[in-house]
Amino acid sequence: MSTKKFMYLNRKAPYGTVYALESLEVVLIAAAFEQDVSLAFIDDGVYQITEGQNTDGIGMKNFSKTYHALGDYDINKLYVSAESLEERGLTEDDLMPLVYEDEDDDWEEKPSIKIVSNAELSKIMSDQDVCLSF
Amino acid sequence: MLHTVNKSSFERNTLQSCLNSIDDTSVILLIEDGVISATNNSKSSMLADLASQGRVYALQGDLDARGISSKVADNVKLVDYAGFVDLVVEHGTTVSWV
Repeated sequence: MSTKKFMYLNRKAPYGTVYALESLEVVLIAAAFEQDVSLAFIDDGVYQITEGQNTDGIGMKNFSKTYHALGDYDINKLYVSAESLEERGLTEDDLMPLVYEDEDDDWEEKPSIKIVSNAELSKIMSDQDVCLSF
Repeated sequence: MLHTVNKSSFERNTLQSCLNSIDDTSVILLIEDGVISATNNSKSSMLADLASQGRVYALQGDLDARGISSKVADNVKLVDYAGFVDLVVEHGTTVSWV
C-alpha cells in the first residue's frame, strides 16, 4: 500500500465538543495503516495538549494521556501555532512534554512538539496529500 | 439574572452577544469551553470591568479539565457545581447563551 502524507488540523478545545477526541481516534487509525501522519494544533486546538488536565470535576474521560502514546505509533510531527498560543496567553511550557524515540538515532528521546508560525504551518500544509480538519 | 456562556470567545461571538444584552445587575457564569474567556489572554479585556465588579464566575471543573486553572484572570470567582446551583437559585432567571 502506498504511503500518503496526512495532516490533521485540530482547532477545538477538548471536552466542550467531541471534535478533539474524534480527531485522536482517526489519527490512531491512520497510524495503524502506516501512513505519514502530522498533527497541527491551531486556534483553540492548542488547549488539547495543555499540561495538567484533570477531568475529575466534570465526570468525563481525560484523554490527554493518549497524546503521550502517539510517539509509539511513529507520530512525532506535532506542529503548534505560535500565534494561537500567544493570543491565548500560553507558552510551550504550558504544553505536555510529548516525546518519541528516534530509531535512526539510537532510540534517543526527542520532542515531538514543534512551535511554528502560521506562515511556516501553511508551507507544511501545502506539502501534504490529505488535510483533515477537526 | 444569571447568564451562562459555554463557547470560547476565540471561536464564537457568544460572549460578546451576551455582554451586549445584559443589565447592570446580571452576572455571567462561564462553563464548558466558555471558561477559556476566564483566563489571561488577548481577549481578557472583554470581561475585566465586569470581573472587577465581582460579576464574573467560572466553573472550576471545566478550567481543571483544560489545564488552565493557573491562568485565571483577576477577580474571576470560581465555583463548583454546587456553587452553580446556588447562583441559579440566587439570581432567579437563567439565560443559557449556547
